[in-house]
Amino acid sequence: MPTTSITLDETPLVLHLLRRADDALILGHRLSEWTGHAPTLEEELALANMALDLIGQARLLYAYAGSLAGHDEDQLAYLRDARAWRNCLLVELPNGDFAQTILRIVLFSAFMDPCWQATTRSADPTLAAIAAKAEKEVAYHLRHSAEWLIRLGDGTEESHRRAEAALDALWPYSGELFEADAADQAMIDAGIAPDPATLRGTWDATLADVLARATLARPGDTWMQTGGRTGRHTEHLGYLLADLQYLQRAYPGATW
Amino acid sequence: MYTQALNTKDAPDTAEPEAHAARFQERIDTEERIEANDWMPEAYRRTLIRQISQHAHSEIVGMLPEGNWITRAPSLRRKAALLAKVQDEGGHGLYLYAAAETLGVSREELVDQLLAQKARYSSIFNYPTLTWADIGAIGWLVDGAAIMNQIPLCRCSYGPYARAMIRICKEESFHQRQGYEIMVTLARGTPEQKEMAQDALNRWWAPCLMMFGPPDTESQHSDTSMAWKIKRFTNDSLRQKFIDATVPQAHHIGLAIPDPALRLDEASGHWLTGPIDWEEFRRVLAGGGPCNRERLAARRRAHETGAWVREAAMAHAAKQSAQKQAA
Repeated sequence: MPTTSITLDETPLVLHLLRRADDALILGHRLSEWTGHAPTLEEELALANMALDLIGQARLLYAYAGSLAGHDEDQLAYLRDARAWRNCLLVELPNGDFAQTILRIVLFSAFMDPCWQATTRSADPTLAAIAAKAEKEVAYHLRHSAEWLIRLGDGTEESHRRAEAALDALWPYSGELFEADAADQAMIDAGIAPDPATLRGTWDATLADVLARATLARPGDTWMQTGGRTGRHTEHLGYLLADLQYLQRAYPGATW
Repeated sequence: MYTQALNTKDAPDTAEPEAHAARFQERIDTEERIEANDWMPEAYRRTLIRQISQHAHSEIVGMLPEGNWITRAPSLRRKAALLAKVQDEGGHGLYLYAAAETLGVSREELVDQLLAQKARYSSIFNYPTLTWADIGAIGWLVDGAAIMNQIPLCRCSYGPYARAMIRICKEESFHQRQGYEIMVTLARGTPEQKEMAQDALNRWWAPCLMMFGPPDTESQHSDTSMAWKIKRFTNDSLRQKFIDATVPQAHHIGLAIPDPALRLDEASGHWLTGPIDWEEFRRVLAGGGPCNRERLAARRRAHETGAWVREAAMAHAAKQSAQKQAA
C-alpha cells in the first residue's frame, strides 16, 4: 500500500461510484458513533445495523470503483484526503441529537430508496447488482427512521421542538442530493444511473407524508448548501477522516 | 461472561415450605430445568437475578471499550467485523435482560440499579483500550475467558438463562477466533505491530485471570450456586482451564505471557502462574479501576440524554392507542 494519499483517474463511472460509496461510508461512520450511547438498547442495535448496511454498501462500491481505477477498497477509504472525497455535505455533519440523527437518515434514505430502485435497472450489471442489495436495506432505513421521526414530531413538546430544530438545521443540505453535473449527465445518458431530477417527485411525496404524520411543517424554499460532490466540504469532514484514517496514516504500509 | 456475581452470598431463606424445597432440589439433582413459572426458593431467584443482570450489564458496559475503536478500525473489513461484534454484545444484553425479566424484575429496575451503582458489571471493562491491538486482545482473552465461564452456564438449572447462553456462547466463540486472528496478524506484521500486540497482552493478561473471581480458598460462597447447578465449576478450575488453553496460543504466535513465574508442571500438564494481585482486583471492583468512573458516566449520559426520546415514544404510543379507542 502506498504511504501517501492516492491520486485517481476519476472517469465519470469511477466518480459516480465514489459519490455513492463516500455517502454510504461517511453516513455509516456517523451512525457507528452512536454505538454504546443510544437512547434505548433496541435503537442501539438498529443504528449499528444501519451503519453496517451502509459500510457494506460502501465496500461493494469501492471494490468496483477500485477495480476500474487500480486501487483496493481500503486505499480508497483510507488514503484520500478531504478534498478527494465526493460525499454530499449532509452525511458528514456531526450527529447532533437523536432527532437530527434520525432526520438525516430520513432525508437521505427518502432519496436513496428510489435511487437504488431505479439503479437496479442500470445498464451496468455490476452496479445493478449492488443496487438490488442496497435497495432492500435502504427501504428499511427509511421505514425505521420515518417511524421515529413521526414519534418524535408527534410525541412530547420537547421532542417536537427538537425535530423542528433538526429540520431547520438539515433542510439546506437536502438540495445537494438532486445535483447533477456533466459527469452525472454522462452516466444518465448511458443508462447507468438515474437522473436525480426524476426522483424529486417521490422524495417530495415521502417527505410530505412523513412530515404530516409527524405534525411537522415542511420548511420553505431556501438557499441550498453545495460543494461536497466536488470536494469542497464542511469543516467537519477533516476531523472525521482524522479518526477514520488514523492507523493507516500513522503506520503506512502495514497490513491489519 | 462475567460470573463474579456468584461470589456474593445471600442470606439463607427461612420459612420456605420444606416439601417445596426438597422437591425443587430433587429436580435440580436430576438435571431437570427450572422454568419461569415453577416454584423456586427466593434465594435462588435472587441469585439468578443478580447473576443474569450483572451479565447483561457487563455486555452493555463492555460495548464501550470496544466501541472506542469502531471509527478508527484500520480497514473496512475490520471495521465491519468490530461493529458487528459490538452489536452482538448489545443483543446479548437484550436477551439477558429478557431472561432476567422472567424472574419478575423489569429491565428498567435493573438498569437503574446499574446506574445507581447498586449492581455490578465485570471488572474487566474498567480497563482502557489504548491501541488497536487491545481489540484483538479483548476478543482473544476476554471473550476466551468469558467462554470458559459461559459454556457450563449452557447447562445452568434455570431454563431461560441456559437457553440464552447457548446462543451467546456460539457468538462469543466466533468473537474469540476473530480476536485471535487480529493478534496473529499483528504478531506477524511489522515490528511496531508486534510490539503493540505484546503490549496489549501485557496489560490484559492479569485482569483476564481476575475475571474468574477470587481463589477458591477465599470464595466460600459458590457452594449454594453449585448445589443449585447455577455454577458447575470453581473459580480456580475455570481459571486453570483458561490458562492451559491460552498459553500455547500466545507461544504459537511468538508472544510472551507477562509472568516470569509461569512454568509447565510436567506431572499435571498444567501451566502454573505466579501470584495474582488480588488487591488490584478488589480495588477495581470497588470502583478504583482506570475507567470505572468513565464507564458509568457514559452509561448515565446515554440514559439521561436519551430520556426525552423514550418519553416521546411513550407519548406517541399513548396518543395512538387513545385514537384507536376513540375510533
